[in-house]
Amino acid sequence: MKNLSIIGAGAAGTMVANHLRRELPADWALTVIDPAPEHLYQPGLLFLPFGARDEAKIRRQRSRTLGQGVQWIRRPVERVDTDKRKVVLQGADPVSYDLLVIASGSRTHPDETPGLMGNGWHRNIHDFYTLEGALKLRDALADFRGGRLVLNVAEMPIKCPVAPMEFLFLADAFFRKRRIRDRVELVYVTPLDGAFTKPVCNIRLSHLLKQKGIHLETEFGLAEVDSDGQKLVSYDDRHVDYDMLVSIPIHMGAEFIGASGLGNEMNFIPTDRHTLQVKGHDHIFALGDTTDLPSSKAGSVAHFQSGVLTRNILRAIRGQSLLADFDGHANCFIETGFGKALLIDFNYEVQPLPGKFPVPGAGPFTLLGESRMNHLGKLAFRWLYWNFLMPARQLPISDQMSMSGKQVVTEEMMRAAA
Amino acid sequence: MGLRRPKIKKGANMSTNTYAGQTIEVNDEGFLLDSSTWTPAVAEAIAQDAGIEPLTDRHWQVITFCREDAAKEGQAPGLRRIAKLSGVDMKELYKLFPKGPGKLAARIAGLPKPTSCV
Repeated sequence: MKNLSIIGAGAAGTMVANHLRRELPADWALTVIDPAPEHLYQPGLLFLPFGARDEAKIRRQRSRTLGQGVQWIRRPVERVDTDKRKVVLQGADPVSYDLLVIASGSRTHPDETPGLMGNGWHRNIHDFYTLEGALKLRDALADFRGGRLVLNVAEMPIKCPVAPMEFLFLADAFFRKRRIRDRVELVYVTPLDGAFTKPVCNIRLSHLLKQKGIHLETEFGLAEVDSDGQKLVSYDDRHVDYDMLVSIPIHMGAEFIGASGLGNEMNFIPTDRHTLQVKGHDHIFALGDTTDLPSSKAGSVAHFQSGVLTRNILRAIRGQSLLADFDGHANCFIETGFGKALLIDFNYEVQPLPGKFPVPGAGPFTLLGESRMNHLGKLAFRWLYWNFLMPARQLPISDQMSMSGKQVVTEEMMRAAA
Repeated sequence: MGLRRPKIKKGANMSTNTYAGQTIEVNDEGFLLDSSTWTPAVAEAIAQDAGIEPLTDRHWQVITFCREDAAKEGQAPGLRRIAKLSGVDMKELYKLFPKGPGKLAARIAGLPKPTSCV
């Protein structure tokens, strides 16, 4: 019996496991290694700070998300011994593998920024990338009476690169509904040179930020947080004061990746951007947030990768050459507040463009434009996530990005239209 | 938004710049399209364009690291990698290459924009 092991059963690992449990040849066993008993629907974290009370619906027992035929080992990974092809576990015997898939994701490391976890941590410094953080922030925002709320991205890359803007759009709507918007200053402090890196989308989002009275502070390399003085300090000695700081801390890959010599300086894994094979390791594949790929760290990306990766695993088993099929495809709803959302669809080469999705001309979703339908799509997405994406059922959307339904526009045209 | 569908113009987002007497193709953000067209004189000229003059030994330590690392790894190093491995720390990087040191160092070194900016 041969063994295929998957490290990590978040979105990426679960989708691959549920594909492979149906498609692996009969002489292959499937093992999934993840110590956490629950699966968290991470996109749901965004709504908790603004009063959503659906925390029970964004968590599921992992035993329910992994289908039959998957052996689940509930232990933390210490390291991967790539020479002996073994996963060394904490408190259990090592697991030998013939093929290995690493899907251990990325986690926030507030401890990497001096002062971020100082006296103000979880008092007037918050995060919403963890369940605990999002719930504490919900209490803090309910009590917030006014002042300067700063949203800071400490360093790229982060999971869901549009989440900072969504947070600010929702914060604008939240304070307007509570009729204290005039007493709240919203500031977005980013290390990037604009609201977003993709030019056409950047113009659209910058316009929305401006419309909603959200200030933008760019190219801010966060050196430290002065928790007592309530200010952010950059490497080039710029200061930004805050009354409440909402931080998106530095993200890093899992520690075992560093201990196994598989990662870069952030513990992300150098991975072939089209085949998803780990560079220099024929028996190891990686997908989702754990890779160093220049694609977004997002669930949709992991979904599109899971199809490509499954096909390549089956090809590797049959001794066939790998398909260079992953094109960096990402598809993200961007909440803009007041029951509306934008939708963007893009890949390595093609930036987000306006149009209709998935049916050209008809939609029902509008690309790069605000609509109520997009917002409903975002809300329906949780159901889709649990019932279609995680069980790896077929969806009518191709893994590769399609140009149909998209308008080819330039930055100049976008500026003129905005 | 009332946008009409235009014809796709290939290469619409690239142009040429003259650096150190050479005509060199760059993208819309000023990054060289072909890293092999880079010379130290080109680096001096790009730096001058960006308001850095002259390039000191410390600048060169970073530029040389970026080029060697990119040749080895197949991609331009991100800011954190530069700070960790070049021997020049983050604070100094911001002094040497103001504002976005990762991007600016890559541009002067004739490399593509680092991919950590997605």
